[in-house]
Amino acid sequence: MAAAMIPLQPPSASTISPGVDQLYYLLTGITLFFSVLIFSIIFYFMVKYRRRSDDELPEETHTSMFLELAWTIIPSLICVVLFVWASDLYVRNSRPPAASTEIFVIGKQWMWHIQHPEGPREIDELHVPVGAPVKVTMTSQDVIHDFYIPAFRVKKDVLPGRYTSLWFQPTQTGTFHLFCAQYCGANHSQMIGWVYVMTPADYAAWLATGEKTESMVQEGGALYTRLGCATCHVEEGAGRAPSLAGIYGKPEKLAGGETRVVDENLMRQAILDPNSIPLPNYAPIMPTYKGQIDEEQVLELIAYVKSLGPQERNDQ
Amino acid sequence: MSTATPDLHSAPAGSGVNYLNASYGIRSWLLTTDHKRIGLLYLVVITFNFFVGGTAAVLMRLNLIEPTGALVEPSTYNKLFSIHGIMMVFFFLVPSIPATLGNFLIPLMIGARDVAFPKLNLLSWYVFVAGSLCALVAVLSGGVDTGWTFYTPYSSTYSHGLVVLAALGVFIAGFSSILTGLNFIVTIHKMRAPGMTWFRLPLFIWAMYATSLIFVLGTPVIAITMFLLGLERIFHVGIFDPALGGDPLLFQHLFWFYSHPAVYIMILPGMGVVSELITAFSRKKIFGYTFVAFSSMGIAVISFIVWGHHMFVTGQSIYAGLVFSALSFLVAIPSAIKVFNWTATLYKGSISYQAPMLYALGFIGLFTMGGLTGLFLASLATDVHLNGTYFIVAHFHYIMVGGAVMAYLGGIHFWWPKISGRLYPDLWARFAALVVFIGFNLTFFPQFVLGYLGMPRRYAVYPAEFQVLNVMSSAGASILGIGYLIPLVYLIWSMRYGPPAGPNPWGAKGLEWTTPSPPPTENFEEMPVVTEDAYNYPTAKAVRHG
Repeated sequence: MAAAMIPLQPPSASTISPGVDQLYYLLTGITLFFSVLIFSIIFYFMVKYRRRSDDELPEETHTSMFLELAWTIIPSLICVVLFVWASDLYVRNSRPPAASTEIFVIGKQWMWHIQHPEGPREIDELHVPVGAPVKVTMTSQDVIHDFYIPAFRVKKDVLPGRYTSLWFQPTQTGTFHLFCAQYCGANHSQMIGWVYVMTPADYAAWLATGEKTESMVQEGGALYTRLGCATCHVEEGAGRAPSLAGIYGKPEKLAGGETRVVDENLMRQAILDPNSIPLPNYAPIMPTYKGQIDEEQVLELIAYVKSLGPQERNDQ
Repeated sequence: MSTATPDLHSAPAGSGVNYLNASYGIRSWLLTTDHKRIGLLYLVVITFNFFVGGTAAVLMRLNLIEPTGALVEPSTYNKLFSIHGIMMVFFFLVPSIPATLGNFLIPLMIGARDVAFPKLNLLSWYVFVAGSLCALVAVLSGGVDTGWTFYTPYSSTYSHGLVVLAALGVFIAGFSSILTGLNFIVTIHKMRAPGMTWFRLPLFIWAMYATSLIFVLGTPVIAITMFLLGLERIFHVGIFDPALGGDPLLFQHLFWFYSHPAVYIMILPGMGVVSELITAFSRKKIFGYTFVAFSSMGIAVISFIVWGHHMFVTGQSIYAGLVFSALSFLVAIPSAIKVFNWTATLYKGSISYQAPMLYALGFIGLFTMGGLTGLFLASLATDVHLNGTYFIVAHFHYIMVGGAVMAYLGGIHFWWPKISGRLYPDLWARFAALVVFIGFNLTFFPQFVLGYLGMPRRYAVYPAEFQVLNVMSSAGASILGIGYLIPLVYLIWSMRYGPPAGPNPWGAKGLEWTTPSPPPTENFEEMPVVTEDAYNYPTAKAVRHG
């Protein structure tokens, strides 16, 4: 009856979970095998070779090169197999599918602020549809946090000053724990929440209810106008700054000769610390927006710039 | 422990002048340059630190009996685990075996009158005490809630209290490690008795040598890291906090560059102790001497290039993750070699089960489990799920408590007759070893399950479904705590009332057993000359052939 009270396995609710569990059970098997092997040998020796009289002299034994090699090589081979298995799985688990929908997370002492591209915002709750890949892009407003959903077997640190991301594809509807897994101060253990996995229909209904909010792209567009970004970022070559249309995901050559792909982290850096990214054909005249807009607004601006179609950009 | 010093002065009957009764008074202890007395000075201080850290652990486990926290506010709980971690890691485990048994035994084992730099040795104790006092004041005044890992920018910007004082304590104590390491390296190189070649050294000496290398090479990095942390916290120099232009992960790289090798500072000496115990209580030459010796050196070297496995989920690049994962698997191999060689040493031995041997066998079992569960964390895909959960807590307690502390207690029990000249009650000692073993497993095994279920570490309150396992763990902790108190009682008792031990109560090999117990101040009445390998126990065959 006690067994019924003690859970032994967390719910398995994402496409990532089965692979991780498989490896976990393989490792458990290896641990049990070698523990039992060594314990049995020790117990056998303990009984068989126990000292029977105080003046007993043991038989001489010699170091065996064969044994030394065997117990060096066999564990090495097991480690190679484990390394390849675990690494292959990790690399596959690290790459979000191209079709993922995006969700944005801002961690702060001690709550999770979650933003859907369609507009809805949530605190310590995350609603997602079952069966669709979701990419979560995260940053922290203060200290390091860690976004952990045990049922999905995903976890990633949430760092101040940069974006990290993870992805998952829920496989069953239900309610699952969301934990902060990096110690972040007084109420660390209360920085928890729930993930609600819903059927696509329920999810669409959930998106439609609640207060009508602008989408992140709309909010970002309004901000883009209000901050006057468009006065400089006009068509390529026509203004004091490069065109931003279609720039997301493209390699950009910097003044130093270095080439960087324009991703969320680079865009964030360009908004908050523009002079750290000198461009060959433009003077470093952009003001920093650090302290003037918050992390949420940075995300909205990025969402807006990502939405600008490539047709507006003149690629020479 | 304050009553311990006077008791030591009553010499066992018939043993003449020894290092304990050669001079009297508190001054003769506080100004001693005798490595044996310095070892005892360390023993007193780290025993105190151990019980400070242990008390914090007991309070934590009490709190976790209830999902909502049975005892304290979350912010107090955070201070408790910080006290526990800081005191146990920096002020107990790191100095434990090297500073006590290492100081006491290295000159005795290699046939020297003292360490190479006796005054430096005393200085390093004072430095250590100064560091301990800083940390004690900081943690006991309730000033530190960063955990022992001091992660930035929480520690440098957001935490309130005496973080700088605690960091200063770690910084200062680091110099004690460096001085001790330097002293040991020079001693082992230059002070060996005639005939004591490198490959006749007891494996405890090899382990101390490998540990000393890590002391000297690794400790400066933690000192620099704590210094930078202080700079940012006091003067707001942007090093780690992105708000000041710093990089939060830089701290973790620097911290783990020391703190992963520090894990081996804690376990390598334990492996050295266990090699001595297994051979003595099975009356056997160690199986695969060179493999065991070189695996210590291999562990010391590889330990410096695996730190990134603490950072698999920080957003570090996939390729860095792959390299650190491969290196972490590599460091498992020398540990496996040691376990197999210890096991093979028992083969055809003449095995007895006094208390030190029980600790040694407990060490092998618990270290094996701690090592194997390390594979879960070297494996990238499973580490993502288990990192930062109770699985990590269970894993490193199997290594550091199941491994290092079991070996430390085994070593103390083994050499206690040499240190004090007295025997302790073996039955009580065996009983305590059993209590420790049972209490340990009941405390930490449920934590593996909790971690797999997803319970994060450092949680003052937790969802109710984790309660049963937490109550089991807390019950185990109370048993473990009793197991640690029993030896404190009978060892102190034995200093006055224990029967005299004689020079070699276990019938063990090794130069330390050829001199009286307690040894004279100059260690040996006549300087030894070594003519045989370590662990050259007589065998039936050798006797038959005369």
